[in-house]
Amino acid sequence: MRFIRKTQYSQDIDLVKHRGHLIWYGLLLVIVLSGPLWLDRYLLGELAQVFIFAIAGIGLMLLVGYTGLVSLGHAAFLALGAYTHAYLLNLGVPLPVALSTAALFTALIGGLVGIPALRMTGIYLAVATLAFAVIVEQVLVHWTSVTGGFSGMAVPKPEMFGWSLSSAPAFYFLCFIILIGCLVLALNLLRSPAGRAMIAVRDSETSAESMGINLARTKMLAFALSAGFTGLAGGLFAHRMTYLAPDAFTIITSIQLLLMVVVGGVGSLHGVIYGAIFIGLLPQVIASFRDLAPPAVGQIPGLEPAIFGLILIVVLIYEPLGIYGRWMKIRLYFEEFPFYRRATYKRQKSFLRTERLH
Amino acid sequence: MEVLQLLISGVSQGCVYGLIALGFVLIYKATEMVNFAQGDIMMLAAYVAITFVNLWGWSFWWALPATVMTMAVVGMLLERLLLRPMIGEPHFAVLMLTIGLGFVLRAVAGAIWSATPQRLNAPYVGSVAQIGELVIGYESIAIVIGTVLLCTLLWLFFRFTRLGVAMQAASQNQLAAFYVGIPVKRIFSLVWAISAGIAAVAGMLTAPALMVDPNTGFIGIKAFAAAIVGGFGSLPGAILGGLLVGVVEQFAGLYLPPGFSDMSAYVLLLVMLMLRPQGLFATMQKKKV
Repeated sequence: MRFIRKTQYSQDIDLVKHRGHLIWYGLLLVIVLSGPLWLDRYLLGELAQVFIFAIAGIGLMLLVGYTGLVSLGHAAFLALGAYTHAYLLNLGVPLPVALSTAALFTALIGGLVGIPALRMTGIYLAVATLAFAVIVEQVLVHWTSVTGGFSGMAVPKPEMFGWSLSSAPAFYFLCFIILIGCLVLALNLLRSPAGRAMIAVRDSETSAESMGINLARTKMLAFALSAGFTGLAGGLFAHRMTYLAPDAFTIITSIQLLLMVVVGGVGSLHGVIYGAIFIGLLPQVIASFRDLAPPAVGQIPGLEPAIFGLILIVVLIYEPLGIYGRWMKIRLYFEEFPFYRRATYKRQKSFLRTERLH
Repeated sequence: MEVLQLLISGVSQGCVYGLIALGFVLIYKATEMVNFAQGDIMMLAAYVAITFVNLWGWSFWWALPATVMTMAVVGMLLERLLLRPMIGEPHFAVLMLTIGLGFVLRAVAGAIWSATPQRLNAPYVGSVAQIGELVIGYESIAIVIGTVLLCTLLWLFFRFTRLGVAMQAASQNQLAAFYVGIPVKRIFSLVWAISAGIAAVAGMLTAPALMVDPNTGFIGIKAFAAAIVGGFGSLPGAILGGLLVGVVEQFAGLYLPPGFSDMSAYVLLLVMLMLRPQGLFATMQKKKV
């Protein structure tokens, strides 16, 4: 058990709480940076995919985990980012400019979507974002002069300042550096007044409002930032796909993104990373399972989403805090070794929390 | 004449949306849970009916109550096994759970009945009624009549039976209902059973008109839009919202460029949420504190 003696209030929002953090995260950084030395090209590509998911996950986590607004339409932001990025690259715009424009444009659209969302909560909001996603998908299919419709849109190879970034290690580093940037940005955001306001809105809108937080502004900011991060991930995703078609950004994608946030652990940035590893690598596991299992089981149509669904159900019923929550419990067990009490995290059985006025 | 024809096919399609929306609203009203798998439960019901009628050779009219009973049991089991542990959890968690459930049901249906589209052999399939220049398939007429009958039945049930009144009480205030001796948990199970039963009727009415495959359940998402257009939490609103979505969709398909037909339900939803977020029939106000 570690005790930190705090002598200043500012220590409450320190990024690095104690030296252990520095050592462990430094070690992790070294391992990930040395990845290209001991991983083959295929695995590097898969890890780059995990990093991209994690960037999108940071965006969704800000919205779902920290502001308490549910979006079933984040695939639309991913698509907007991907198509904007690819379109600009095709016009000859350099990669850093195209990528940041894609993120900014998506953030702008996200903010606009956020405006009607201010008057809605819970389920209404989820469905409104779903409707938005369907509309974006239809636009992508039918606006063929820009998006190429179903025949798709080629994405130029990534290159920056004359270097080609299309080799697996280079793309791996590109994604990793952007992920680190996004993580630092999100961490700093969450200890700034804006981020604290988001958390307050999540915990209770009424008390947040009475503390002087501008609900509308906070929610819109959360939407814009969330969309921006997801759009950035979309730009990288475009390179990973090399060929964009609307069927990569359906409601299934939105749900996959939500799954990442829920399985990883709602309300923690660690959870985003765990969730991204989970949904990035699970399809590989399922694919190898398909080969091993008897054909009658392996050939079931829709097996992959079904396994996703099953895992979602199990996690929601038995471990609502996700992988990160489970890890916290395991760590606490060892920290307090002989004294761990199961009841520490026991969920209180409560009556239904009603949102209605009677 | 063309307008009338479109109107009729819109109404019959709208009735299907309305019935699914009715299932959503019933569960939401009673348990404050959002069952996103309602469309997939309807898909499952259609397959159960296909098994009874096409494979086992039962008569359509015997298969109807059998399907409703089977689905009611399935609905009850789902509530007991999956949803009851979630009482008191945030709405978002329940929504995610039912989305996951939808995926599982789709794969189960695909594994049992294969992914090839099938059609339910109803006795009235293929015949058309001709009124003047109008040509109406009996399937459409059956859908409309079935919806009207079911709604009347439900209205009578909620208005005049002890159980129906108990359900209304539980939906208005669970704690108070519990204090006056209503077994709230059992009521929840029954609500799920009824909702799955409605989905069964919707499935049996749709399956002769439409080919059924495991992805049929996706029309549940449109029905969901319909439920919100009608004001989530109002039973007549659900039907009306369904009709509105069905009719608008038909007209958008004819008069607007391609793609608008699929989008129209969602555009309608967004417009409704901006202009009148509480829906056509507002029944609930937001909790203030």
